[in-house]
Amino acid sequence: MTWIVRRGRALVVAVPTLWLALFFLIPFLVVLRVSFSEPAIARPPYTSLFDWDQGLLTITLNLGNYAYLLEDDLYVSAYLNSIWMASASTVICLLIAYPMALWIARSPMKNLLLMLVILPFWTSFLLRMYALIGLMSPTGFINSALGLVGLGPITMLQTDFAVYMGMVTGYLPLMILPLYSTLEKLDGALLEASHDLGARPWRAFLDVTLPLSMPGVIAGSLLVFIPSVGEYVIPALLGGPDQLMIGKTLWTEFFNNRDWPLASAVAIAMLAFLVVPIMFARNALGVKE
Amino acid sequence: MSDARMSGRGLSRFALPMAAAFGFAVLYVPLAIMVIYSFNASKLASVWGGWSVQWYGELLRNDQILQAAWVSLKVAAMSATLGTIFGCLIGYAMSRFGRFRPRLLLSGMATAPIVMPDVVTGLSLLLLFISMEALLGWPAERGVDTIVIAHATFCMAFVAVIVQARLTDVDTSVEEAAMDLGARQPRVFFDVTLPMMAPALVAGWLLSFTLSLDDLVIASFVSGPGASTLPMVVFSKVRLGVTPEINALATLLIVLVSIFVALAAWRMRKAGKA
Repeated sequence: MTWIVRRGRALVVAVPTLWLALFFLIPFLVVLRVSFSEPAIARPPYTSLFDWDQGLLTITLNLGNYAYLLEDDLYVSAYLNSIWMASASTVICLLIAYPMALWIARSPMKNLLLMLVILPFWTSFLLRMYALIGLMSPTGFINSALGLVGLGPITMLQTDFAVYMGMVTGYLPLMILPLYSTLEKLDGALLEASHDLGARPWRAFLDVTLPLSMPGVIAGSLLVFIPSVGEYVIPALLGGPDQLMIGKTLWTEFFNNRDWPLASAVAIAMLAFLVVPIMFARNALGVKE
Repeated sequence: MSDARMSGRGLSRFALPMAAAFGFAVLYVPLAIMVIYSFNASKLASVWGGWSVQWYGELLRNDQILQAAWVSLKVAAMSATLGTIFGCLIGYAMSRFGRFRPRLLLSGMATAPIVMPDVVTGLSLLLLFISMEALLGWPAERGVDTIVIAHATFCMAFVAVIVQARLTDVDTSVEEAAMDLGARQPRVFFDVTLPMMAPALVAGWLLSFTLSLDDLVIASFVSGPGASTLPMVVFSKVRLGVTPEINALATLLIVLVSIFVALAAWRMRKAGKA
């Protein structure tokens, strides 16, 4: 009977491990391989790295794609711009989310308010971005309202401002939730003690609340920052055509220019940058090794 | 009560609610405007043509949208189910098996999909499918199957995290008691652990379902010419400009989600009172 149990355990571990190895790990190796090949007019549109010639295996590694990424200003500035916009969006989200999370955590109706934070998150991300078009377009709600009082129209769509609006409305719940869960657990007695010891509220916030909520700040920031760096939908819908973001660049190289090797190199370069934040995020998600 | 305490109260009485109201406005104003415009008789967003439900009619007559919605619902149900089964196994192994050989590998692979940028996941899976097709002849055609595989993979990551959190919360004494009473591990799993996991599995399935229903980027990479999901159709329409049917679609979705969330809240309250 024990061998059944042992077999059962092995199976419980093996099935998902094999699935994830096949559909999560190996795909990255494939991307790595394609990133070293050259585009070709063929199906699939790239050259093979391995060549059998009279029993001799030759492997051709073409570093040209990576060299191209470094040489062409377009890619370097797309990376820098993505990182900059993702960082700025993360900070804006944090500034809006922190007081919200603090207020919700201290409110008597916290469950209801938390539901209100989660609700937009459960409706479609794509449709929420579309809603922003209706809000910000030249004939949209804001400009119509401005027009009534004889102002405007202001160009909002296809600017950095629109992209920031998209990032903030899109990712705000991801910042609020981890912040709320650390702030909610915060022991009120600590704040009382600091007040009793004469700390002013602002001081108590800086010395007690803020340091104790750092795990939530870090988790929320990573959950906003990482997807923002590779974001495609927001810059594609709300940003301008000349606005460079790396997720959009990857998409364009792949779908419009059909340069799969270059798109793969862009993906590998993005991963190389994100691997450290991703490792931190896994810890922040509370995964136990 | 000291002055400091009073001013602290003052700060949280005015500044915090104002900040929170601003945050909720950021989340809800765009949605509210979309709902209002879905009843606008005029096609132009700048003109209010009076109240009308004509866009709902157009939506229900739009075969392309209806067909895509059906594809999306099928994909979401299958991915959520597959993802929940696998995620349940991962969460169970992580919280109950102690040390086992590929633990580090499994936990790494099981959580990374959550934070992986969509463009990277989509590209890598498509390249895998194409290599597999060249080597094995499968998948000969990309469509519903390949989207389900892609979605199930990130769904199981979310479910695994939720299940693991739930199982770490409930202590092992009930399972140990069942073992002491002579139940074997498979029986303990089905009779004790699985019912304890049930709320996490329901939550995980629902989250998976909505995430799958919402995905545009990964589906665009791994889908074939035959299968377009709802987000793919919506995206192609929205890129061409504001389309009033999409307002109607969004309103229906918001209503559905709100009803659902209200029901869940009501049930939770009832369970809390009982």
